[in-house]
Amino acid sequence: MQRNTTAPAPAEKTVRRKLSRERVQKFLMGTRDKNGFLKLVAIYGLLICIGFIYLYPILYMVSASFMTLDDLLDSSIQWIPSSLNLSNYRQASASMDYWNSLLQSFMIAGLPTLCTLVSCSLTGYGLARFKFRGRGAIIGLIILTFVLPSQITMIPTYVMYSKLGILNSVWAFIVPALLAMGLNAPIFIMIFWQFFRTVPQALIEAAKIDGAGPLKSFFSISLPSAAPAFITVALFSFVWYWNEFYLTQLYVHGVLTDSGLTTLIIQLQNFNTNYNTYAQTASGGATSLNESIKMAGTLIAVLPLLILYFILQRHFVESIDRTGITGE
Amino acid sequence: MSTANPKWVKKENRIRVKRGKLEKREARVGVFFVLPWLIGAAFFLLYPLGASLWYALNNIRLTSEGMKFTFIAQGNFTQILLSDPDFLPQLVDYLLSTVISVPVIVVFALIIAIMLNQKIRGKSFFRLIFFLPVIIVSGPILGSLTEQNASTISVVDAQAVTGAISAFLPGIIAAPISSLFANMVTILWYSGVPILIFLSALQKIDTAQYEAAYVDGASGWEMFWKITLPSIKPMILLNCIYTIIFVSSNDQNQLIGLIKSAMFSGTSEKGYGYASAMAWIYSLVVLLLVGLFALIFMTRKDHYERRAVKIDRQMRKERRKILKLERRQARHAKKYHRPSAG
Repeated sequence: MQRNTTAPAPAEKTVRRKLSRERVQKFLMGTRDKNGFLKLVAIYGLLICIGFIYLYPILYMVSASFMTLDDLLDSSIQWIPSSLNLSNYRQASASMDYWNSLLQSFMIAGLPTLCTLVSCSLTGYGLARFKFRGRGAIIGLIILTFVLPSQITMIPTYVMYSKLGILNSVWAFIVPALLAMGLNAPIFIMIFWQFFRTVPQALIEAAKIDGAGPLKSFFSISLPSAAPAFITVALFSFVWYWNEFYLTQLYVHGVLTDSGLTTLIIQLQNFNTNYNTYAQTASGGATSLNESIKMAGTLIAVLPLLILYFILQRHFVESIDRTGITGE
Repeated sequence: MSTANPKWVKKENRIRVKRGKLEKREARVGVFFVLPWLIGAAFFLLYPLGASLWYALNNIRLTSEGMKFTFIAQGNFTQILLSDPDFLPQLVDYLLSTVISVPVIVVFALIIAIMLNQKIRGKSFFRLIFFLPVIIVSGPILGSLTEQNASTISVVDAQAVTGAISAFLPGIIAAPISSLFANMVTILWYSGVPILIFLSALQKIDTAQYEAAYVDGASGWEMFWKITLPSIKPMILLNCIYTIIFVSSNDQNQLIGLIKSAMFSGTSEKGYGYASAMAWIYSLVVLLLVGLFALIFMTRKDHYERRAVKIDRQMRKERRKILKLERRQARHAKKYHRPSAG
């Protein structure tokens, strides 16, 4: 009896020890279903490092924008300013004419975005839903416009705008946007096209039998289901128009002359000259331009977009999934 | 239509399907929907394209009565390529830096996307961070950050790296690589959209494929090369093209600034015509770059498709042979049956 009970004991022990070694190995190297500890550490470590590199300029900007001149010169202060100093922001926003520029930025980015939504959704629907001669050619041309740099059409368009008298006004952005030729419009047409293709044809045919015309079936069947595409296009179009400097300066702000229309991005580009004129005219108080003020100006130029991003983060991040460019 | 008439049917034997009224009406409605784009394309694409080519062949002077054209044929182009001190070096610089940085951006995006595709916590948080630059990246912002040296990490000593690189490589290749290291952050910032495109594509790969490969004894490494990479190959091309376009139209790109300043320079030999010629050269270079990447990453037809094409060709050949025989038979029949018929 005793022998029987004691005999298997050593074997069991070795089995248990083996198991524990296996367990450690499993824990470190992982199994098929679960990532090992080492791998996880490596992945998290890399992701956090790269995330830091990504955020570094933004963190630097935020930190520097609060510093006073003394903090900047003090080599013992690396990241955290000695006091929460808001005067940089006050001076930067005063020199950028902040509220006025902000309002105009919203207008210059917002109105073309609305027009882009209307025209690109119509075009995308037409391409997705109907078959007609020349459809392939149109799609080819749309892709070509995506690849073609805007510089090639820029000069005749500039001349045309000045002949039409819409140069140096918002109309120079609105008119092309209404005709589905706005900033990055090919991408948006593609997004709508891709999206409207997934609307089941049977639904539209059923509506047709019930007497709905093509416009009716567009507005009451396809449009409501395309809300994600609309959100994506609206967000990206807004952000891209907001950040556009080259074309805004050319068509809306004016290169040699100043049309009075300006955006925050243009104000940022001309920050140094703007600030110097401001510092001369301001009655005392204004310090000469330094790094902190520049960083404060940069931060308040992107702040509206940052707020927009953190409020609507889900829509931004999931946008690419939703548009279905990666296939279903 | 396509099912009724396969390609091999001879033209005169094809079944003619008359387009019905319904189809015609549908087509008309379709054109109606695309109408805004058609008008836009005429005014903002085709006309400016033609006009800018005409501009490029002329010397344009702005007078009080409007633009004065003087036809000088290829004069602008030869002047740009032979005697402009800035354009050609900038173009070479742009080409090299794009060719080097685009693969870096895309590969980096792929690595990040693969890491994010693992079972990890905080996935949405990391996605949030990696997508953030897309929102705020623009020429003046980048310019202002680079000016304050915020676009290089002081921890990574860029000087040492560039020193080592320029010691080993000839100057023309070393310069873009060292600028790549010097602007590491901004270059990584370009990979926001590619990361999300890759991530979305990775999530759509059928897991059954991996299971099957695992049962067959494939390692993770093999699975990556044989399953993951082929499935996302179209996305690699898409990301390459996106990155090229993005880098090209960014204000940090010196070339487009050069075009704009040429456009508004008051000198007699520059101006609209000269700038148009520059824009044409630049656009052709960009198109060539896109074409190059498209050639490299274009999805080749897979094995089965190729075989189908081969078999199709063979069948067509056989059919032709049969037709030939039939014709010969008919000829012979004519030849030998006439006397008996007559």
